[in-house]
Amino acid sequence: MTRQAISNPLHADEGADNGAPPPQINAPRHRRQLRIPPDVAQRIVVGGLWAIAMSAVAVLLFIIVFIMVKGLPHVTPEFLLQAPAKGGRLGGVSPMIFGTIAVAGLAVLIAGPIGVITAIYLTEYTRESKLTAFIRFGADCLAGIPSIIFGLFGFVFFADTLGLGISIISGALTLALMVLPTIIRTSEEAIRAVPAAFRDVSFGLGSTRWQMVTRVVLRSALPGIGTGIVLSIGRSISETAALMLTSGMVARHPSSVFDSARTLALHFFTLSREGISMPKAYATAAVLVLAILMINLLAYWFMRRFIARVR
Amino acid sequence: MTAQHKIHSKDLNLWYGDFHALKDVSIAVRDRMITAIIGPSGCGKSTLLRCFNRMNDLNAAVRVQGGLFLDGQDCYGARLPLTQLRKRVGMVFQRPNPFPLSIFDNVAYGPRVHGVTGKDRLAEIVEQSLASTALWDVLKDRLWEPALDLSAEQQQRLCISRLVAVEPEVLLMDEPCSALDPIATEHIEELMRTLAEKYTIIIVTHNMQQAARISKETGFMLLGELVEFGQTEQVFTNPRDKRTEDYVTGRYG
Repeated sequence: MTRQAISNPLHADEGADNGAPPPQINAPRHRRQLRIPPDVAQRIVVGGLWAIAMSAVAVLLFIIVFIMVKGLPHVTPEFLLQAPAKGGRLGGVSPMIFGTIAVAGLAVLIAGPIGVITAIYLTEYTRESKLTAFIRFGADCLAGIPSIIFGLFGFVFFADTLGLGISIISGALTLALMVLPTIIRTSEEAIRAVPAAFRDVSFGLGSTRWQMVTRVVLRSALPGIGTGIVLSIGRSISETAALMLTSGMVARHPSSVFDSARTLALHFFTLSREGISMPKAYATAAVLVLAILMINLLAYWFMRRFIARVR
Repeated sequence: MTAQHKIHSKDLNLWYGDFHALKDVSIAVRDRMITAIIGPSGCGKSTLLRCFNRMNDLNAAVRVQGGLFLDGQDCYGARLPLTQLRKRVGMVFQRPNPFPLSIFDNVAYGPRVHGVTGKDRLAEIVEQSLASTALWDVLKDRLWEPALDLSAEQQQRLCISRLVAVEPEVLLMDEPCSALDPIATEHIEELMRTLAEKYTIIIVTHNMQQAARISKETGFMLLGELVEFGQTEQVFTNPRDKRTEDYVTGRYG
């Protein structure tokens, strides 16, 4: 941009030398003083971009380091294996680890198949129409609703109307609704990215559409679909507001999916909010953050391996 | 049409929406030899090829009218289901396009889709299919490596093996060499000559020398019409139609 602004008046001068009517005879020559050499500008931009990107990473690192420094010293084998005592002041978080796995796992087990099947329908089994646009719009709207609203809905519908009570299953169903849009949209993108040539070849060899979907499309789209699932697991593990009203706060080992279970995130919320024990709260947070980091790394490693195997 | 005609069409018309892409095409392709279809870009030669295994059906905007017959049997009739038609009439595409699977799984794809499950039977089919394209000796120790690691020529050979594995009767080839270098092209042409002993091959090509080199019969298409169809030598040296003459002598356009 800078370059053009400077060179235009110069060209105008050349035009005048050729005898053409001089356009912009009073072209502001003093603009030349603002000239920044392009290579300097380039360096400034690169430096600026780097600094902004780094500050984003720095915030993330700061949060992680902060939580780890405060929490890790209190994470002991006993902390991971014992039930809490005296409201969480003593003991550990083993029921919460179990509860988190139960609620988040069940939610993804419910939402995963529904989301992937919806994405398959939207991409392979129907043409673009008002209906597909409506489904997509609905999914996007669902993604924008605050989680406490989901919690309220889950409480009224799953816990009360359907009589599932404040329980793991109520929480999981609520979470499943919340993560469904993410799974649908990421799966849809992944399926669309599969080259059309693969579909032609599969049809050309005499396969049915379903064989083509299961043997070629889903295989190629698996890394992308996996990304959506991992995002959903992360979101499920860290959710608090929606679960407060649906899976509840009972700090005991649940014995069935119809029991209430307190997740790690909710345990952290209780410990810090009610000032029960900050060291235990930070230790819980550390476990939570480490779990999410580990899931992401594992998923990343798994997908890299999968891609390397076929590519 | 006589018995030696493998595939024939009668007054075949095709529209892409409002665009009339094939106009009253009647062609009879003979069994176990190579038939070439030539013509400038956009003349409808690929569209015609994709009619023979009804690949055009995948495009919702396409409308087809007229008759199409495989061994005298109506390709649009109930007695020839789509999956069976495509098993018998297979296609090789312009770009080599193996699946992102192992070499073995690529070749075994078709048989598996058609219900072959036995490990020994699959291994046998894979060996025979790779042997038919002269890949077996080169690749027999690399069957579990990704197919995408192969060279372009090997990938195209693999795609032909993949097709041969479903035991088709007709091979449709849509400019199968246009993504390959001249040496690889020569190799694939050699392979096509060998395959023509067992299969009916229809090749679409914009390379006239290639058509002249490998085909027994040639059809010339222009603006959706089959202008001329006959012995390759006659089409190239003594064309009946002025438009054919202009094209094969390079005066087209």
